[in-house]
Amino acid sequence: MMEASPTIAVTRSTRSSRIAGMASLVLLAGLLAAPWWASRAMLHLIGEFATYVALASFWNLLAGYTGLVSVGQQAYVGLGGYVVFTCALFLGLSPLAAIVLAGVIAGLAAIPVASLVFRLQGAYFAIGSWVVAEVFRLGFAQVAPLGGGSGISLPLDAVRAIAATRDLREWIVYWVAIGLGAGAVGLVYLLLRSRIGLALTAIRDSNVAASSLGVRIERMKLAVFVLAAAGTGMVGALIFLQKLRISPDAAFSVNDWTAFVIFIVVIGGIGTIEGPVIGTLVYFLLREYLADLGSLYLVILGALAIIIMLAAPKGIWGYIAARYGISLFPTGYRIVWIEAP
Amino acid sequence: MGWINAIVQGVLVGGLYALYAAGLSLIFGVMRLVNIAHGDLIVLASYVALAVVWGTGLHPLAALILVIPVMAAIGYALQRGIFNHTLGNDLLPPLLVSFGLSVILQNGLLGIFTADSRRLNAGAMETATFSTVPGVDIGLMPLLMFLTAIAVIAGLQYIFYRTGLGRAFRATSDDKEIAQLMGIDNKHVYGLAMALCLAVVAIAGVFLAIRANFDPAQGPGRLIFGFEAVIIGGLGSLWGTLAGGVILGVAQGLGAQINPGWQLLAGHLAFLIVLAVRPKGLLPRIEG
Repeated sequence: MMEASPTIAVTRSTRSSRIAGMASLVLLAGLLAAPWWASRAMLHLIGEFATYVALASFWNLLAGYTGLVSVGQQAYVGLGGYVVFTCALFLGLSPLAAIVLAGVIAGLAAIPVASLVFRLQGAYFAIGSWVVAEVFRLGFAQVAPLGGGSGISLPLDAVRAIAATRDLREWIVYWVAIGLGAGAVGLVYLLLRSRIGLALTAIRDSNVAASSLGVRIERMKLAVFVLAAAGTGMVGALIFLQKLRISPDAAFSVNDWTAFVIFIVVIGGIGTIEGPVIGTLVYFLLREYLADLGSLYLVILGALAIIIMLAAPKGIWGYIAARYGISLFPTGYRIVWIEAP
Repeated sequence: MGWINAIVQGVLVGGLYALYAAGLSLIFGVMRLVNIAHGDLIVLASYVALAVVWGTGLHPLAALILVIPVMAAIGYALQRGIFNHTLGNDLLPPLLVSFGLSVILQNGLLGIFTADSRRLNAGAMETATFSTVPGVDIGLMPLLMFLTAIAVIAGLQYIFYRTGLGRAFRATSDDKEIAQLMGIDNKHVYGLAMALCLAVVAIAGVFLAIRANFDPAQGPGRLIFGFEAVIIGGLGSLWGTLAGGVILGVAQGLGAQINPGWQLLAGHLAFLIVLAVRPKGLLPRIEG
């Protein structure tokens, strides 16, 4: 007599992930409608939040999933910014189109950069990528038509080309910011659920094992490096479109575009999709309450990153996920037992 | 003569870059750690020297008697207190922890000493020069700096290959488990390696402070110069750091000769060219 075999099903979602999925969509709809319910200052803050979420997600994709710990992502932020200004000043291209172009150019620039810095391993890769960003900074400082070392402002015509009224301009820039923030998180999520994600997770866990299973590590790393550069370049284009002024020191600032981003990801949870969002929340809260402390604020931020790295290397979200077994954006598969009727 | 002068001065500055690089190379050789805060520790040494000179009225070079042990003690404490807890197969913890340390040091120094640039005054020896051929004058300080770099690297080389401590360094570097079986206390050995590294950093910091103005934001630049000298010279080779430092110094000197704005750029480009043409550096010793 054969026993009735238990019925099982393979699923990717959990109850918490279904709730989170719905909540994310509601939240996104609410954020897209923000111009109708939020004040101008609030709109600005949410937009800035979204840009940091995007920067952090792209850095997390690099460092958390492929082990490419870059300290040079400011190279692409600055490059993206300069693409917008070049387009506006010399080509008469609309800034919104320039944002897309900035992504393409940053991605293309990352290819020769990768051919050099990929020769360096581990932490030497980190500093090598930083040197490249310095070359970009010093290089742009030599370009006199773009203002040289002292920088240049965006012409008014280019600003007006976005939209006729100031309100509408701010709304459009805000929607682009939300699009980049949500797009970055969504892209990382979809990427990790795909075949590529499986390969990336394998690389993260063991280079050798992944390679023996047929994962083409170098090609995969290059693809992620280029993708992260393109995304970061688009974010950079948006950031400097909002600032209306660019200079080499601001565009290629290691503190603003990489150091804070690293802290955000480490505090939130490196190698998790939720981490960059949680980290950005924590960062904005800390900044709100501690920024008046000046240099002491950064000392606290640095100490917090060290403590988290030593005590809870997976950050706040990693700790929560391990403690309570929650995953809002699951990328793996689970087996569920279905009760026989 | 301008060009020859640029080369000569570049070679001498290369000594300082070799001092930045020697500590990085030593630490990487012993424990595969790349310390992002290395440059900030050099600047910290400059400020420790400043405090010693203010407090005691000693000549900056004499102040080394105090700065070296203070920095070595800081190094041992940092290694035992923080870095030892980050070492393992995962690359991220040491990198991110030293990055956090770098931000703490920069902003801590900014909070205590403000952003004003400072300088140590070494008196008459700062301006003393030897005339060689017309148009090329060699300053006493740069020459002393270069000779010190040679002496420091020779000293490190001696410690590494001729002493019991060096044997322990090499043993833990080769295989830390086996070294431990042979009765070596790895954590202590790593602490001593970092202490030795920061003793070199102390010398570099004092020379940095005498040579030019310094401020709390200069650390990352020093890290990059040291790192470039290490990679140009070849990973793990101590004499290579001197060769790397000299090449970097000469490249910067020649760049500045063409256009002052190209000084740093020329150094970085020299580094990238070496990376493209000879990725293992000129005198490589360690794989990976």
